[in-house]
Amino acid sequence: MSSATASVGNTQNQRITPPPAWRRFVSRNKLGTFGIIVLAAILILSFIGPFFLPDKNPTTVSKIYCSPSWENPLGCDNRGRDIWYQIVNGGKKLILVSAAAALISTFIAITLGALAALLGGWFDTVILICTEVVLTVPNIILLGVLAAFVTLNSPILMVMILAATGWPTLLRAVRAQVLSLKEREFVEAARMLDLGLPRILFREVLPNMASYILINFVFAMTGAIYGQVVLYFLGLVSLSGDNWGLMVNEAYRQGAAFSPDGVLYLISPIVMIVLLMWSLTLVARALEDVFNPRLREA
Amino acid sequence: MLQDSIVRSEANATDRGEPIIRLDHIRRDFDTRGGHITAVDDVSFDLFPGDILCLVGESGSGKTTVARMAAGMLKPTRGHVFFEGKDIYEMNKEEFGNYRRAVQIVHQDPYASLNPIHTIGDMLRAPLLKHKICKSRAEATKRAGELLEMVDCRPVENFIDKYPHQLSGGQRQRISIARAMTLNPRVIIADESVSMVDVSIRVSLLNTMLKLRNELGVTFLFITHDLAVVKYFAWEGNIGVMYVGKVIEYGRTPGIIGRGFHPYTRALAAAIPEADPDLTRSKEKLQLRSLDIPKLTELPDGCVFHPRCPYWIQGLCDTTKPPLMRMPDGRLVACHAVQQAVERGDDPRDLAVTDQLANQIMRE
Repeated sequence: MSSATASVGNTQNQRITPPPAWRRFVSRNKLGTFGIIVLAAILILSFIGPFFLPDKNPTTVSKIYCSPSWENPLGCDNRGRDIWYQIVNGGKKLILVSAAAALISTFIAITLGALAALLGGWFDTVILICTEVVLTVPNIILLGVLAAFVTLNSPILMVMILAATGWPTLLRAVRAQVLSLKEREFVEAARMLDLGLPRILFREVLPNMASYILINFVFAMTGAIYGQVVLYFLGLVSLSGDNWGLMVNEAYRQGAAFSPDGVLYLISPIVMIVLLMWSLTLVARALEDVFNPRLREA
Repeated sequence: MLQDSIVRSEANATDRGEPIIRLDHIRRDFDTRGGHITAVDDVSFDLFPGDILCLVGESGSGKTTVARMAAGMLKPTRGHVFFEGKDIYEMNKEEFGNYRRAVQIVHQDPYASLNPIHTIGDMLRAPLLKHKICKSRAEATKRAGELLEMVDCRPVENFIDKYPHQLSGGQRQRISIARAMTLNPRVIIADESVSMVDVSIRVSLLNTMLKLRNELGVTFLFITHDLAVVKYFAWEGNIGVMYVGKVIEYGRTPGIIGRGFHPYTRALAAAIPEADPDLTRSKEKLQLRSLDIPKLTELPDGCVFHPRCPYWIQGLCDTTKPPLMRMPDGRLVACHAVQQAVERGDDPRDLAVTDQLANQIMRE
């Protein structure tokens, strides 16, 4: 009898031993894993890739719109410059600037949005009015006006301007979520236990919307990428350096869309931007698993 | 004013010192989309140390609103809430902190009252560490284990590292009680705490709460719509029967459940199911004139119960609000018909059925 119970206990123990966390993650999130790989590849390409390329990308008249070859894997552009070189070099600044802008605007949105919902009263009213004012002014025009007043030659200024226009939508979303979460009974229980506003905000309320915030961070980042592309497109930023956004703009203005030879010039940066955004979205969705204990278990 | 003196005199009669919580003519209005409503109107009672006070009533009768006001989660539109003799809205920060920690709520829904992202251990440790009841994490874990044992969550290892979704409704409700007990509260407000739990679990959960009351002297304000639960839990305590925001009968539990005076209380008691068919057959059946609870936005004039009351007196009940009056046995009842019967010297339960209802019964 006792041996029987012991053996039952053993088999249960064996069953309980879980596979390593990363294996469970991979088997549960095939698309998410794919997203992480693509994102990692883009990051490696953009941040480490440039070290393996020559300093200069010379203009070669004989190579205008040349086809892909070993020397020019993606062919050349309208001035005979290597497209692959521009792709490798064109991601770093774009990613850094948009990530920084998204971080700042997410931070503003979360702090002010959550506080507005939790505190209510005049604070809530003032924040809402500010949000509505910024929301009412069309983003592009606001960007344009800001860019016209400030000479946009430093990436930090660019980050500030993008962040300044990126926060209102997320703020309203965060505020709405917190408004609903704060009525939940577990928040009331935390208030009854006198746990204090910081603990209630950062340990009870915000973790419940972590996946939501992450996804919105990605949206903020894509928004910042679009914003940059728009600024380049309108010529409000100095058109120098390699940049995927700039490449799209250049290719479009140089009529690459109408020339069969120029397809790669136009398509390559677009593919890179799409891949970047797509992988970010996949990663954000997969991370939802990590934050939700209900999904976390095998 | 009359009512005030009655409530006070009863308090003095029992002579149990100062009440922990005293609700003094509290009223709460809400502005809803449907219009202005008075969810709770002129409710007063005292809660003495070690007491069990049950508030019963249908949904919408204002039980939860009273509970939230007693817990300081909602400010009364009018009236005062006293904690140990002090108005909670005139307290300084430290006094209010003491009050806040001394009064805890156990919520109705065990699925909404525990944060899904924390383990049971995290939930119990947080208040212990925040209020310096325990100095280290290890000490807090030990205390959390004791609390889990107190609410019969054994063995503790099966609970402390679990997430709420891994537990059943009854187990979660025990966790909820354990969490309320972390700060050694003096009062627990149980807001329909057993109504969402499976019937088979209900009694053992009630026993756990009774144990807390008997062993630790915790005072309970117990809110429910289920008189059968009251019968089990608060036989030694008091009941306040609420109907659309007002207390209509208040007194010792056995008297109210066994021999309710107010027609509404009698209708509620008649609705308790009994396992014994003979008992069920012999039970008083009270036919109400209507089953609809009045809308809070358009309350009837006079006694709010008169449109449903089989004993209503035309010209009196539909024009004058009945005050809470003291009955010879000490309870408080707000009913004109009962009052008149007592004045005549009749049994307050021996009331004349309204002609209209008598006709209706005849026709059937």
